[in-house]
Amino acid sequence: MGLASRHLLGLEGVSAEDLTEILDTSVIFREILERPIKKVPTLRGLTVLNLFYESSTRTRISFELAEKRLSADTINFSASTSSVSEGESLRDTVQNIEAMKIDMVVVRHKSAGTPYFLTQCLNSNIINAGDGAHEHPTQGLLDMFTIRQKYGSLKGLRVLLVGDIKHSRVARSNIWGLKTMGADVAICGPSTLLPYEAERFGVDVYTNLNEALEGVDVVNILRIQLERQQTGMFPSQREYTHLFGLSNERLKRLNKNFTIMHPGPINRGVEITSEIADSNSSVVLEQVTNGQAVRMAVLYLLSGKKSVTEENE
Amino acid sequence: MDEKSTKKKTVKNKVANKKSASKKAELFLDGAGVSRALTRIAHEILEHNRGAENVALVGVLTRGATLAKRLQKLIEQIEGAKVELGMMDINLYRDDATTRLEQPVIQRTDILFDVVDKNIVLVDDVLYTGRTIRAAIEQLIDFGRPSSIQLAVLVDRGHRELPIRADYVGKNIPTNRTDRVSVRLKEDDGQDGEDSISIERGSSKN
Repeated sequence: MGLASRHLLGLEGVSAEDLTEILDTSVIFREILERPIKKVPTLRGLTVLNLFYESSTRTRISFELAEKRLSADTINFSASTSSVSEGESLRDTVQNIEAMKIDMVVVRHKSAGTPYFLTQCLNSNIINAGDGAHEHPTQGLLDMFTIRQKYGSLKGLRVLLVGDIKHSRVARSNIWGLKTMGADVAICGPSTLLPYEAERFGVDVYTNLNEALEGVDVVNILRIQLERQQTGMFPSQREYTHLFGLSNERLKRLNKNFTIMHPGPINRGVEITSEIADSNSSVVLEQVTNGQAVRMAVLYLLSGKKSVTEENE
Repeated sequence: MDEKSTKKKTVKNKVANKKSASKKAELFLDGAGVSRALTRIAHEILEHNRGAENVALVGVLTRGATLAKRLQKLIEQIEGAKVELGMMDINLYRDDATTRLEQPVIQRTDILFDVVDKNIVLVDDVLYTGRTIRAAIEQLIDFGRPSSIQLAVLVDRGHRELPIRADYVGKNIPTNRTDRVSVRLKEDDGQDGEDSISIERGSSKN
């Protein structure tokens, strides 16, 4: 038992056994969130640094609450209010903070590979909270957890990811994790927003949403990053909504007992109508609650995993 | 450094114990004995609490939960009342979580009734250092403020490291620290064998 790695950098290459252990442990922590006192003393004495070089509401609060509910001490770092603006390098910044005795680091950064870089210069356990267009493993895990919660198993389910797959770390984590757990994954979006190597993921690729929706159990709608669209990836927002927005008419193509997911933040009326986002088949808020449980499970399972040099001390 | 080296030693000891254990497992209580002990505990719980009203059982996973289920049945047979039953995994409340290298697999805690103002009987199979029970008490109090917390164990083997005692004891067994006490219950260890409490004597070096 125990995870193979002492960091969580991504879901690519994580075994089905490890994914199952994280998801099973999340079930336990999900129950704690329903208790009158939503807190256990497990990680008392550990200090977790939340290192956020990119803005984030949901993920940062979710991680911070997960840490607090496990009784860890937390410190929050955001790049905008630090000496990063004075030109200090990432390596110097994190090594200085770790010198104040940090045990785990949760990191979000606009550059893919930053969490890996931190594993090379720190002794702490590193958890990736989103790095560039690479991965966002805890989001992938919480999506998988939410699907498993509803259907019991991921095996054989057809899951469709719609939207800006190319720039989406959420999509990558979902694809790797779901494939490992035996789900049948498809992606759909305008060809300019699909990754060049899309087939390499071993997924079905669609540019027509109506075709893609046939026989699907779970639709995970990714946010159209409006701030990125200045670069002309699609002609207009209106056209995107027309071709790739989820509407009631399109829902008829899905399997019965279908589920709508969205990692947030939602652009209502763009990639999804308000009506669908707030409907009974939407599990958007359940995803947010589950996110905390999944993050608690990851923190718990990685805690105590020492680096080789520390063990030899 | 010291701590780590002793840790390694205890691990080795455990392995050594397991090897020598199969040779000389001493049976302390057979199926009938376990059943008699539990029946007596059920009576004692009812006597002490003047009936089943407001009494609830919480078993510590895994075998404590099994024993709690059996006690619930026994109490129902004796008193005709079904007391509330819960189970808990205490791993998240252990005092060594941040010093262990691997976290144990945790099981689900299910306390679906309100513990406030109840007389809660914690149930476990073996009482040893008392650390498990300390964790169980702490966790239980996080669910609310019970009127009282009592402790029922099938075996008390001594060697307490905390000021904790049991209110109901199936069997007191004097042991050395190197001994291994094993409780076998049909529900957890297979229906094809009998319930039993046995003891494997370790080396007397300690």
